[in-house]
Amino acid sequence: MHRRTFSRKTLGIPYAIFLLLFVAMPLLVLVYYAFTNGQGEFTVMNLVGFFTNPNTLGTLFYSFGVAIVTTVVCLLLAYPTAYILAISKWKSKTVILLLFVMPMWINFSLRITALKEILTFIEGNLAYHPFLNTVIGMTYDFLPFMILPIYTTISRLDGSLLEAARDLGAGEMQAFLRVTLPLSVPGIISGVSMVFLPAMTNYVVLDMLYNSTYIMGSLIGSYFSAYNWHGGSMIALVLLAIICLFTLLGGGQEDENARGGSLL
Amino acid sequence: MKKTGKMIFIGLVLAFLYLPILVLAVYSFTKSTNIGAIRGFSMHNYVTLFSTPELVNMITGTIALALGASALATILGTVGAIGSFYSKKRTATMLNTLNQIPVVNADVVTGFSICILLVVVLGISKDTFIPLVAGHVTLCAPFVFLSVIPKLKQMDSSIYEAALDLGATPFTALTRVVIPQIMPGIVSGFALSVTLSLDDYFVATYTKPATFDTISTYVVNATKGAQTNIKTALWALSTVIFVCVVLLVLIMNIRSHRAERRGS
Repeated sequence: MHRRTFSRKTLGIPYAIFLLLFVAMPLLVLVYYAFTNGQGEFTVMNLVGFFTNPNTLGTLFYSFGVAIVTTVVCLLLAYPTAYILAISKWKSKTVILLLFVMPMWINFSLRITALKEILTFIEGNLAYHPFLNTVIGMTYDFLPFMILPIYTTISRLDGSLLEAARDLGAGEMQAFLRVTLPLSVPGIISGVSMVFLPAMTNYVVLDMLYNSTYIMGSLIGSYFSAYNWHGGSMIALVLLAIICLFTLLGGGQEDENARGGSLL
Repeated sequence: MKKTGKMIFIGLVLAFLYLPILVLAVYSFTKSTNIGAIRGFSMHNYVTLFSTPELVNMITGTIALALGASALATILGTVGAIGSFYSKKRTATMLNTLNQIPVVNADVVTGFSICILLVVVLGISKDTFIPLVAGHVTLCAPFVFLSVIPKLKQMDSSIYEAALDLGATPFTALTRVVIPQIMPGIVSGFALSVTLSLDDYFVATYTKPATFDTISTYVVNATKGAQTNIKTALWALSTVIFVCVVLLVLIMNIRSHRAERRGS
């Protein structure tokens, strides 16, 4: 033990090396591959190819479509759920909240399998409603991730603000629209960011529900299967750009709710 | 009446989340191969699940990977968090930013970029399990980091200094004073890591050896195949996991209940 040289600061070094090796380096390599061709020569063809190919562009728009619809559906289900739970005085409130979070801890592929069997029973053939099934599947998968942050935000609201609103003559509806809703926006933002991006990339949900249309994630998967590292890297880079944009828009807030962490 | 309406809404959302899993659980105890007519009670799905080497290997492999990768991630993330917390502001900001990348990034991109660096550029064989373990550690460590940092912030720094004044070396003070205080954060980081690793599909699919399967990759491939006995054995697996999660949640709740009572 180097007692004299030991300092708590030095503990950051191994982790810094780890992050540089497995987080920064892979992304740099990704950039390099995205802008080179099979011969290692610099090229912008991958980039140009992405924005001129109707298939990849179509995929980009379809992904946005799937993600927007999924996010809106999740929000419409999650907000009332979180709101009712957060303001209720039910004794079993924590148990009910736990019930909403528990699905996060069950393997998603098994949950989608379960959903698939039910949908097959209801619809007969899943191929007739690919878009609908995808939205149902993703909502089923991601809903808890939307409920939790909104619940946390609303339950932390200062109750005296609502009382003040009522004292000043606001009706229940007005108090909700002018006090609760604006103050729960941070929760909504972190919920949206946790649903929107996975909905653009989690192509397994589509695959398992027999939707043969591609979303952004599927493109990476197909390039991976074809050993086309350069094309795949470009798609990954485009996705990264979208993710950066969203993180910046969301204010890059540190998210304690990330993937259900706060409840563990 | 309003309360009933709220309860119905909550009930419906819960039904949406749980009906598929519960229906599948019922059918896992029958001879049925599709949801619909129930054909006789049978345990054969559970026998298949625990007696088919392929399935048993896949389950034990997934658990071993989750525990191993989480242990590594917990050590790295904890040490990194301590290091970052006591570093100069600039170093800390750099570490926090790098740490945030895998958290907000899509798993597809994380998995694909690690595959490119380790397998394509550095030529490490996937059969060594190095890319897979590295991938899962990269997926999990940032979340450990994020759950330890708040505990460090809550800590009373004078206790550490008191330990030093009383003659403890910085290293002893760290292991005997700091670590015990941030233990809850370390434990929840580990638990979160395990659930992330168990649930992961994308990182595993890009980095795993061809002969190895995690639950997610196995289930996704199995749903594309037409082997009915495997398909229904997975219903049993889904039921087993569901029961395990419920038990775990119950145990955790009872323990925290007791701790609360002792506290008051």
